[in-house]
This record gives sequence, C-alpha cells and structure tokens, in this order.
Amino acid sequence: MTHAGTGSEPETREAPGAGKRERRPLSWGRVLAWAAMAVITLITLFPFYWMLRTALSTNTALAQAPASALPVDFSFGGFLRVFGLQSTKEALAEGGSGGSLEFWRYLANSVLVATIVTFCQVFFAAMAAYAFARLRWRGRDAVFGFVLGGLMIPAVFTLLPNFVLIKEAGLVDSLFGIATPMVFMTMPFAVFFLRQFFLGISREVEEAALIDGAGRIRVFFRLILPMSTAPIATLSILTYITAWNEYFWPLMVSYSGSSRVLTVALSIFRAQTPQTGTDWAGLMAATFVAALPMVLLFALLAKRIVNSIGFSGIK
Amino acid sequence: MIKPTTASPAPGRAPGEARTALLFIAPAMIGYLAFLVWPTLRGVYLSFTSFDLLSAEKWVGLDNYRRLVNDPVFWDSLGVTLHYVVVNIGVQTVVALLIAVLMHRLTSSTVLRGVVLAPYLVSNVVAGIVWLWILDTQLGVGNEIIEWLGFERIAFFGDASWAIPTIALVNVWRHVGYTALLIFAGLQSIPPTVYEAGRVDGASEWRMFRSITIPLLRPILSLVLIITIIGSFQVFDTVSVTTDGKPANATNVLQLYVYDLAFDRLQFGYASAISVALMLVLTAITVFQYRLMRAGRSDLG
Repeated sequence: MTHAGTGSEPETREAPGAGKRERRPLSWGRVLAWAAMAVITLITLFPFYWMLRTALSTNTALAQAPASALPVDFSFGGFLRVFGLQSTKEALAEGGSGGSLEFWRYLANSVLVATIVTFCQVFFAAMAAYAFARLRWRGRDAVFGFVLGGLMIPAVFTLLPNFVLIKEAGLVDSLFGIATPMVFMTMPFAVFFLRQFFLGISREVEEAALIDGAGRIRVFFRLILPMSTAPIATLSILTYITAWNEYFWPLMVSYSGSSRVLTVALSIFRAQTPQTGTDWAGLMAATFVAALPMVLLFALLAKRIVNSIGFSGIK
Repeated sequence: MIKPTTASPAPGRAPGEARTALLFIAPAMIGYLAFLVWPTLRGVYLSFTSFDLLSAEKWVGLDNYRRLVNDPVFWDSLGVTLHYVVVNIGVQTVVALLIAVLMHRLTSSTVLRGVVLAPYLVSNVVAGIVWLWILDTQLGVGNEIIEWLGFERIAFFGDASWAIPTIALVNVWRHVGYTALLIFAGLQSIPPTVYEAGRVDGASEWRMFRSITIPLLRPILSLVLIITIIGSFQVFDTVSVTTDGKPANATNVLQLYVYDLAFDRLQFGYASAISVALMLVLTAITVFQYRLMRAGRSDLG
C-alpha cells in the first residue's frame, strides 16, 4: 500500500500560522507528518471499504482471493440475504447460513428507540436546565449539585438494578422498557450541558417578555428554545449516536424480535453463522447496512458533529 | 471535574417561581431518581443478598464479598480487564495525541477531522465484527498482508496472548478519533503567540511539543484520561461479539463475568457485589485523577 502524493498536500492546504519556521516546500518534517496522517487516515477508513468490498462478493469465491482489492465474483447476494429477499436455497448455494435478519423491523426498532430517547432526554433536560439556570427557587443549587452527582455513577453499575426494575414493571422485551431508562442514564450531562448555554442567554430579552405579561412557560417555549437551536441540535446528535450504538442494555432487556434493535440483531446474526464457513459476505452486508444510517446522518451533519466534539468535551 | 458557572443571584426570593421550577424539573428529576439514584442504592443493597431474580431476595451480609475475595475467576477477570485498560489507554492516548498535534500543526480541515471521527459513528458491535473479518486467520486480509511480509499468520482473536491486545486495538480504532478531537479542542485554546515566541527563540518542533504543548495541555489531558479510563473499564460489547471470553477465559473481562453470573446463572446478588467492587475502583481512580489534575493546574499558575 502506497501513499503517493501525500507530500504535495501541504501546498494545497496550509493552516494559517503553521509552517512559518520552514518555508521550503519539501521540509522533511512536514512530509513525514503528512505521511503519518495519511497512514492514520488509511487505517481509519480501510474497514469501511473492506466491509463494502466483502459484502459485494460471493461468499464461496472469497476464499480464492482473500486479498483482492475489488469484490470477488461481484454479487448483491449478501445484501439480498440481509433484507430477506433471497430464498434459503439460494442463500445456502452462495455459502449463507440460511439464517436471516428481519432487517426492516430491527431498523424500525432502532429508529424508534433512538428517537424516543433523544427527544425525551433533550426536552426534559432543557426544561430542567432552564429551571436551574433562570428560575429562582429555594434549594436550587443544592438540587443541581445532587443532579451533577449522577455524573459520578458509572453507567454500567445501574444496568443490573435497572433490569430488575424493568422486569418488575413488566416491561421486559418491550421497546418502552428499553427506551425509558436510556432517557435518564445520561441525563445529568445533558442538564449540565444545556444549563451552561442558558446561563449565557441575554437576560434583557427574557425580562422584556415577562413584563409584557408572558408566563415562564411561554418564555421557555417561545423564546429560550428557539434561541438555543444550536446547542440543542448538538446534544441531540450526540444522544442519537449513543442511543443508536447502545448494545449492553438492549441485550439485557430484549428477548424476541419485537423489541430487538439493530446492534443486538447483528450480534445474533453473527452468532448464527457457523464457525466453520462463516457467511462473511452476508455478515459484512449486515454490518454495512447497520452502520449506514449513522454514516448518512454524519454525511449530512459532519460539520456540526465535528465542531461539537470539542464543545461537549470541555465540561 | 465540573466547575458550575455561578447562576443568577439570590435564589429563594420569588415564591411564585418555585411552582414553575418544580414543574420544569419534575420529569428529569423523577426519571433521575427512578433510573439512576434508586438503582444505585438498590445495587448496593442487592450485593448483600442472594437475589436470583426468581424468588425474593435474602440478606446474606458479607457472603458475596467473602466469595469475591476467594473467587479466582473474579481476580482473573480483574487482571484481564486491567490488561485491556492498560493497552487500550496507553495506545489510545499516544495515538490521539499524535493525531491531535498533527492536525493542529498541519491543517484545520473539517474533512480530515470528519474522517478520524468516522469510526466513532459505528457501534462497537459493527467494529468488532469488521475487525474479526479483517484479522481472520484463514481469510482475513490482515493476515494475508502479514504473510506477504514474510511473517507467520496470527490467530488474533483465537490466541490467548493476542486476544486482549487485539480487542484493545479494535476499540482504539473506534474511539481514538473522538479522543483526538477532545485534545485538538484543547490545543486550539493554546494561544499561537506562545509558539511564535518559541520559534523566535529557535526552538524545534519537538522542543515546543515538550515544553509548550504538553504542559499547557495537562488539564485537558487528565480530563480525557478520566473519561477514557472509566469508559474502558466497562468494556463489554466488543468482547461479547468477538471472543465472548474465549479462549479459556483469556478475554473474560469483568462485565462479561457479571453478565454471565446474572443472566446465565441468575446470581444477581453476587453479580451486584462485583459491580459494587468495580464502581469502587472507578471512584478511586476518579478521585486520584482529580487530585492529579488539580496539581497540574496549580503548577501552571
């Protein structure tokens, strides 16, 4: 694998202020730095390409050219198996296991869980953050400190007791049972994150509205929320990605297809394929379609997501 | 870890707002109490019982903890987890720092930042399965390359000594971009004039990295370390879909053991005790790190 052309990149993309020390176009340090960056980029992106390359191969042909850069014996068979569009006979002929993935159902479950979790968490956190940032009431700072204490509880510690709770509530194996605790597991961070932003909103606008006779609730919905679309969008995206990728908790609660989300379905699909003669084409097609929604979301919102990471990290 | 900005002055004056405030915090608070505070207390309580999910719990005092101390599987899995954490954090911190510094000194391209973040978007499950395929002993392209380079094929997930480092590296692949961007954000807060001054003094890039970047980055580095260490102690997903504890318990991390105890053997009480032990370890690390971070801050003045 070569990284041709990396040395020429500094000329096209020069960060302001960087590289003032050496004006020579071919400084060895910079060439080396760009080469390192190229290697990192390659390792980062290679698995995505390999997923697609394998998914578009025929399973039985894969063994003959394991290192071929292009799909071997090009076929959509892997994807057809994932979507349940291939008969068991055809699947077995192409080296599939005959196991299937009710993809659309699990996709719908994942979308539903991630959407409920994101909407409720962000909305409830925004309400609480407003009360902590702008309303005056006795005990406010103490209660806020109590909520911040939640940041110290490792998520994984609450999983077992939460499972017991969900079981007692009769919500095991339901999407509601999966989603409800997830709304609150990272709530302290969400409240803290939004409160920081609300504190910075100008007081004058709010007070003007209050003098005009608007109530606090009206101010919150008509003024604060519309003024905070940027941090709310940021928090929503981060929450959505986290909820979408969650595996441990849904694995505990879900027993049947009715509440199975994509991450869990994928691991079951993987376990179904026999150790000898794994259906790699089908499995890679499945991982690819499972990863696709977040990759598409990312393609749409890349800039906002990338810029939000620094913002969310500086707590 | 958190420094709340001071809010509006003098709470408690306007009684009319207390009712509104209650209304606003109620949904978040009820959920917080029900799904975070109550489970925490209950988890501690269950660790003193012989709860099996099927019948009512029975108080057994310190039995679970006594068993824990004498349980070789627990100590093994603690060792495996520590091994994982050390490899994962070591590699991840160094690589993330490298990426962040490279980006900082070369380009502020959003595209490049987007590229390094891409693996963070896929789940651990997807990451685990893809690398399982790439590193497959027979057909994996990784092993093809290794053989082409003239080495022996490696059973990355099947060999007891390779499995944990391999899983650690898979998770580095997924998380390193996120960590790098956190550090990158910290780097951008360092005023460029410091570097210009360094350059005027004729300092080399390496010298500036050692004498400017690292010291000024120490607070954010400690913060990033706390977050990543706590996260990596809870490793489960990747192990579960790749090796599932095999070969011969070589990858039996704590969370896997807890899951096995609770859901395969229905020993919720004992599983809770191990969770409590893990929480104590994490709390100790946080407190220790927090101290270090403070020391780092006062250093800088």
